[in-house]
Amino acid sequence: MSPTIAELEVGQEIASRSIAVTRQDLVRYAGASGDFNPIHWNEAFATSVELPGVIAHGMFTMGSAVQLVTDWAGDPAAVVDYQTRFTKPVVVADTTGTAGAGAVIDVTGVVGALDADAGTARIDLTVVAAGQKVLMKCQAVVKLS
Amino acid sequence: MSINPDLQGRSYPAVEVYDVGREKIREFAKAVKASHPAHFDVEAAKALGYSDLVGPPTFAIIVAQRADAQLIEDPDSGIDFSRVVHADQRFTHHRPIVAGDQLIAELHVDGVRAMGGGAMITTRAEISAVLGDNQREKVATTTSSILVRGEGQ
Repeated sequence: MSPTIAELEVGQEIASRSIAVTRQDLVRYAGASGDFNPIHWNEAFATSVELPGVIAHGMFTMGSAVQLVTDWAGDPAAVVDYQTRFTKPVVVADTTGTAGAGAVIDVTGVVGALDADAGTARIDLTVVAAGQKVLMKCQAVVKLS
Repeated sequence: MSINPDLQGRSYPAVEVYDVGREKIREFAKAVKASHPAHFDVEAAKALGYSDLVGPPTFAIIVAQRADAQLIEDPDSGIDFSRVVHADQRFTHHRPIVAGDQLIAELHVDGVRAMGGGAMITTRAEISAVLGDNQREKVATTTSSILVRGEGQ
């Protein structure tokens, strides 16, 4: 059942989840998106350009974080506007050959604003990895009935 | 090499058509850990009222980053891709992207601002679907800022 504007209140939490990330996820995202910047898959290259290690594509983090909203809304195309600033890199450790995650991204969504005339809710996402907010002003505007 | 300040206001016309395929939508959806059936199952997408599989909310980045590549690879821009950091991103959808769409993107350089030894460059891609008879339908507007780090940044 999709949520309706009338049943929502500003400040209400819609959902939260943890996303486990591995180096393989970054290689898969590189292939799917066409972004082959080696900072996302090659440790030596990443450290040579003064990064702490291999980091996730900002667009991987942005793209996976919004799934919380999509699943809640029940319709992927209900997200009519989605924005963020990338503030901290998500460093993904090499756990190849083990069952462990290289990083964990925690996502929480809260109703930030409601516009009854437009029929939209703004969902503000808090996105944290290794204890730091990695996305800022991460906001999805969702069209609801 | 430093960033060419004359980039501001420049635009790159839509050249290549991007054909949105079902398997690309499925592949991209898996890559962002999306599980909604409307990305994978045509009948599920149709049940929501769409003509075919629907792209995830950030799918347009594929088309937008191809358009951005025209600027980054322009020898006149002075941008060193290995020093590029993504600073912000926004998607405004005018209508959903579905499999079968033929998309084109027109790129506009809206801002160039010196930052230390580097620069912040803001671009906007106007993405449209080609409908035939030279008709275009607005699909999405994406804006993106990249920070080109200067030496030692």
